[in-house]
Amino acid sequence: MKLLSTKATCNTHGQDSSYFLGWEEYEKNPYDEIVNPKGIIQMGLAENQLSFDLLESWLAKNPDVPGFKRDNKSIFRELALFQDYHGLPSFKKALVDFMAEIRGNKVAFDPNHIVLTAGATSANETLMFCLAEPGEAFLLPTPYYPGFDRDLKWRTGVEIVPIQCNSSNNFQITKSALHQAHEQAKKQNLRVKGVLVTNPSNPLGTTMSRGKLDLLLDFIKDKDMHLISDEIYSGTVFSSPGFVSVMEVLKERTHNLKDSDDTAQIRDRVHVVYSLSKDLGLPGFRVGAIYSENDTVVAAATKMSSFGLVSSQTQYLLSAMLGDKKFTKNYISENQKRLKRRQRMLVSGLRKAGIGCLKTNNAGLFCWVDMRHLLRSNTFEAEMELWKKILYKVGLNISPGSSCHCTEPGWFRVCFANMSEDTLNLAMKRLKAFVGDSRVEGSCSSSSSIRAQSSGSGTSARKSLSKWVFRLSSREQEER
Amino acid sequence: MGIEIEQPCVELSNIATSETHGENSPYFAGWKAYDENPYHELTNPSGVIQMGLAENQVSFDLLEKYLEEHSEASTWGKGAPGFRENALFQDYHGLQSFRTAMASFMEQIRGGRAKFDPARVVLTAGATAANELLTFILANPGDALLVPTPYYPGFDRDLRWRTGVNIVPIHCDSSNNFQITLEALEAAYKEAEAMNFKVRGVLITNPSNPLGITIQRSVLEDLFDFVTRKNIHLVSDEIYSGSVFSATEFTSVAEILEARKYKEAERVHIVYSLSKDLGLPGFRVGTIYSYNDKVVTTARRMSSFTLISSQTQHLLASMLSNEEFTQNYIETNRVRLRKRYKMIIEGLRSAGIEYLEGNAGLFCWMNLSPLLEEPTREGELKLWDAVLHEVKLNISPGCSCRCDEPGWFRVCFANMSEQTLEIALKRIRKFMERIRTQKK
Repeated sequence: MKLLSTKATCNTHGQDSSYFLGWEEYEKNPYDEIVNPKGIIQMGLAENQLSFDLLESWLAKNPDVPGFKRDNKSIFRELALFQDYHGLPSFKKALVDFMAEIRGNKVAFDPNHIVLTAGATSANETLMFCLAEPGEAFLLPTPYYPGFDRDLKWRTGVEIVPIQCNSSNNFQITKSALHQAHEQAKKQNLRVKGVLVTNPSNPLGTTMSRGKLDLLLDFIKDKDMHLISDEIYSGTVFSSPGFVSVMEVLKERTHNLKDSDDTAQIRDRVHVVYSLSKDLGLPGFRVGAIYSENDTVVAAATKMSSFGLVSSQTQYLLSAMLGDKKFTKNYISENQKRLKRRQRMLVSGLRKAGIGCLKTNNAGLFCWVDMRHLLRSNTFEAEMELWKKILYKVGLNISPGSSCHCTEPGWFRVCFANMSEDTLNLAMKRLKAFVGDSRVEGSCSSSSSIRAQSSGSGTSARKSLSKWVFRLSSREQEER
Repeated sequence: MGIEIEQPCVELSNIATSETHGENSPYFAGWKAYDENPYHELTNPSGVIQMGLAENQVSFDLLEKYLEEHSEASTWGKGAPGFRENALFQDYHGLQSFRTAMASFMEQIRGGRAKFDPARVVLTAGATAANELLTFILANPGDALLVPTPYYPGFDRDLRWRTGVNIVPIHCDSSNNFQITLEALEAAYKEAEAMNFKVRGVLITNPSNPLGITIQRSVLEDLFDFVTRKNIHLVSDEIYSGSVFSATEFTSVAEILEARKYKEAERVHIVYSLSKDLGLPGFRVGTIYSYNDKVVTTARRMSSFTLISSQTQHLLASMLSNEEFTQNYIETNRVRLRKRYKMIIEGLRSAGIEYLEGNAGLFCWMNLSPLLEEPTREGELKLWDAVLHEVKLNISPGCSCRCDEPGWFRVCFANMSEQTLEIALKRIRKFMERIRTQKK
């Protein structure tokens, strides 16, 4: 009995992948500066913990806002009752202004074209429901965020066909890779409805060039498809060449007379996903958005957002925070500075361990790290072996490229913004020791072995919270 | 002018372009008329009074008082020490303290007659999400759920739209106060089979929307036996459980299960929400409570698409774990809703209108069939239109709730002040007098 649906019993939620083993191991033996200094350091979590103080000081200056007051009057009732799926107008306005500001105000967004959703997770799934039938497909460049396998496919029945990218050109999308992916889909009898890119990229930590965005727009125009640009890391771009949104390229094409007709055709097929989980470090508040100039998509997605509305309490808090232009201006630039500094730390630490990373890394909360030279063989088995060693012997939980569908073994995503500087330095020290030992002893290293302590210290570590490392209560932690 | 080139229309999905979202029904058209001409005591006293919105506005002062006395619930305390952790918390298990508080609150609402294990509480952004999620888990596209009529209009969207699942009605009528009978259950099951739909479960709302009555214990027992016999699921949407006018009149399916020592309990799932009992629809707080481990695990994973803001979880964990507050709230809210209900039925009685004897909910199920020009759906819609445009009241026509008998309407009483309710009742009386004089 108790027959459940195919969706309930299948594995498309992706949670049985070995990728989550790292999470479990971390939860069992989490690093803590004081009580568990030999524990596992979490470097697989793309969180932004660098700028909380800016948010906290804003809250301290504006205590009325979370207290449900506006102009000294209580608006609790009004908010408690507000469940209109069109969203709080003041919040939508503040959000689109923030999005524009992140893009250097080179583009403007119309609040009537934005749909609020409970996180980008919900936004991406909603777009799939709107744009594709079960059994149809979207093309995604690899490597991509592991969560997409669940978000885009699980309940929608949509398939993902990879656009294979590789290190020969720093994993950029090429015309031939696009066409190859399209051919592959045809071979599998899959009708392709569009392309989904993450820009800046997770896990690469790079921005897409204007040229590549043009390439994509030409492709979708030619093939009558949609383009989804997941820009949730747009506020984390910390160095050149800077962030160019697909909306900016669309705008330029519209003004260029030669392209304007074409562009009018595709305006309706470009959709942007945004969220405050990365740029503002608020994943718990579930604030995501879909931006589209396609009225039908906006209408359908708005109705669908009933299944995942943003809490009005949260909408109000953020409408005030993001409506404070002095705050947002300072936040955006300060946050970027701190991310840049942190990334430099990680890069130099890696270098000291003889490890390189993608030199085009200019965004995100992570580095795409090249450990191919540490592989026993150029295989994914060897990558898993290395990953396990790093997890158990070095005590670092990093994300193996295979979990991101990378075609080349040996690449890992390493996060840098979810811990203190001291912890980061320690992680690098451990890595250096591991690499050093590996060179001396061949493939096996015992001296830098950091075995899991007995559950005793693990539990007490969970109880005390060190300043920077956050212990999250469950082993099945969401990750981005 | 150049040659017009036909723009290729890049298709959207069938789901996006279909009407299964159900938003073109009269239920939603009434909202529009209200939005365009909303009643206001001072600035628009002849506007449309909204009586089609099942909101609970009678107990906000209790919530506001709590927030004033416990500011740390909404502001993370001085210096906001808990802010970071809260902002980062996106674990789909939900805040432990909130889950525990929720389970405890559900127990208190049922007078302690049922126990709830926090480990079985799955959090979703509203009951809307909970119902859809359960449907995704319990049924495949093309399958069916049996739902007693009349039912909440939103189910057509929530249970069917993106899931591709069908609703087959269990027909109920006024001959026995719209109670669910075994005959109706069997008939619905057969109807589904005849349409080649595989039946996956029965979904009931208890207390019922739009009827405003609790389901009798014996009917619940029969229902449970029925789903066991057919080897299907039972979903009990109990979002109005805290809105029962008398403490002893509500039997939750949880009580039935406890009495049977949880035998066959894995087919039962309860949906709850704070939108009605606490009057917080904007905060998006729903839950699935399932006795089936696999459903709990799967629902939890699926809840990734519809998590509750951790800011809101933090606020409500504080509020709902304060037993002094919750006990007082539950009791006071009950008393106030009872008072409102008495007001409205007295008003309806004095206007000569019949209604279903209710004991729960935020609305009254009234019978205007004597006023119909013809005893049909069209007749009902014509009357509804008249009430909307002449009497300036937005009430919900039974056809939008799939009621088989024309002439029944749902009228809400808890989403306005007492004064506004009096005015609405006055308008109804005048309207009825006018009709009677016209008939003479």
